[in-house]
Amino acid sequence: MEGLNYVGAGLIVIGVGIGIGRIGGSAMDAIARQPEATGKIQTAMLIAAALIEGIGFAALFAA
Amino acid sequence: MQRKKLLILFTFLFLLTYYQTNAQHNSHDEKVQDNVHNIEQHESHGEALTLKEQIKADINHHLLDSHDFHIWQKVSFPLPIILWDNGLHFFSSSKFHHGESVAENNGNYYAISHKNGHIYKTDSSGVIHYNKKGFESNEKPLDLSITKNVVMIIITSLIIFLLFSGLARSYAKNGGIGKGPGRILEPIVLYIRDEIAIPNIGEKHYKKYMNYLLTIFFFIWFVNLFGLTPLGVNITGNIAITFSLAILTYLITTFTAKKDYWKHIFWMPGVPAPMKIILAPIELLGTFIKPFALMIRLYANMKAGHVVLMSIIGLMFLFKSWIGGPLSFGLAFGLMILELLVAALQAYIFTVLSALYFGSAAEEHEH
Repeated sequence: MEGLNYVGAGLIVIGVGIGIGRIGGSAMDAIARQPEATGKIQTAMLIAAALIEGIGFAALFAA
Repeated sequence: MQRKKLLILFTFLFLLTYYQTNAQHNSHDEKVQDNVHNIEQHESHGEALTLKEQIKADINHHLLDSHDFHIWQKVSFPLPIILWDNGLHFFSSSKFHHGESVAENNGNYYAISHKNGHIYKTDSSGVIHYNKKGFESNEKPLDLSITKNVVMIIITSLIIFLLFSGLARSYAKNGGIGKGPGRILEPIVLYIRDEIAIPNIGEKHYKKYMNYLLTIFFFIWFVNLFGLTPLGVNITGNIAITFSLAILTYLITTFTAKKDYWKHIFWMPGVPAPMKIILAPIELLGTFIKPFALMIRLYANMKAGHVVLMSIIGLMFLFKSWIGGPLSFGLAFGLMILELLVAALQAYIFTVLSALYFGSAAEEHEH
């Protein structure tokens, strides 16, 4: 089955996109509710996004 | 008045570098065009594929470390080659003529593989043999050469050293007020201390980790920025380098860890005994996965950024119409700005995650 790894790569990107999108959206909500906590929320958001991204890249290189 | 002069100087330098990179691209374009014409004369139908292959080869060449420092089309510095092959071999990389010919030293012959840029031992004809899987089957000497990446790492270290030692000296001279170009780094150092080290490691222990955190932050950041210049170095996109950085974080975490850290790995308090047995191997595996993720994240991010940027520039040659130029320029420009952000962001994330791991190692629980 040649070319299935490309399908896998596509699935990985979809998964990572959903994950980072949800983190970004939630962070926006949180900032809108508590603008004074923007800095803390951004830091937490970046760390969470980086963790997902790391897994995503590891999977992409395996694919 | 002085500020205005500086501004003019910077604008001039900026324009100069811009013109140079443009000129480089143009000449490159011509070269590719020439090749396209040559190929067209030979076979008319296989042309798109070979152009694509050429762009691929160019990208690959850019991602690899190399044995000479290529600056301009034909301007490049040879770098020293240090090999260990039943004795030390030390000679200049100009003997390879940019990997085109075989180099002879003390009766041994070496050639550079075009596939991965590594040095292999050959006979006097300089032919590298490939096995069925496409890997080189020649003997490989231990290569300790000063390559392009090593040169850039040394330059980066020197720049960082000069900036910070100048800043440190100015503190002593001016009674605690920084002066000189290193001063722009002061808020960044304070940010790393107040926003990264203290919240993640704690007021009590953060001091002994500060020098490592600052070093990796500035090293990764500067090296990433160098990767965006027309020098075309790709240091953090090399897995060996991110591996070394991750190993340092792992070693520091392991050797500064307190009793509570190991207790939480091998005998997690507060969970039932059968769960403790299941958790121990998972937690132990976790200590290896954390630095592994650090390594992969930095490497993949930088490498992917370079590949996408080079591919977008390569689009210019594939389009072969007026639309390709502006399109590729616009995309590359946007991506370059994004890469500037990514360069700082990856350095930041590496530092924050290292601080988190150090924090878990230095923590003292009360139960």
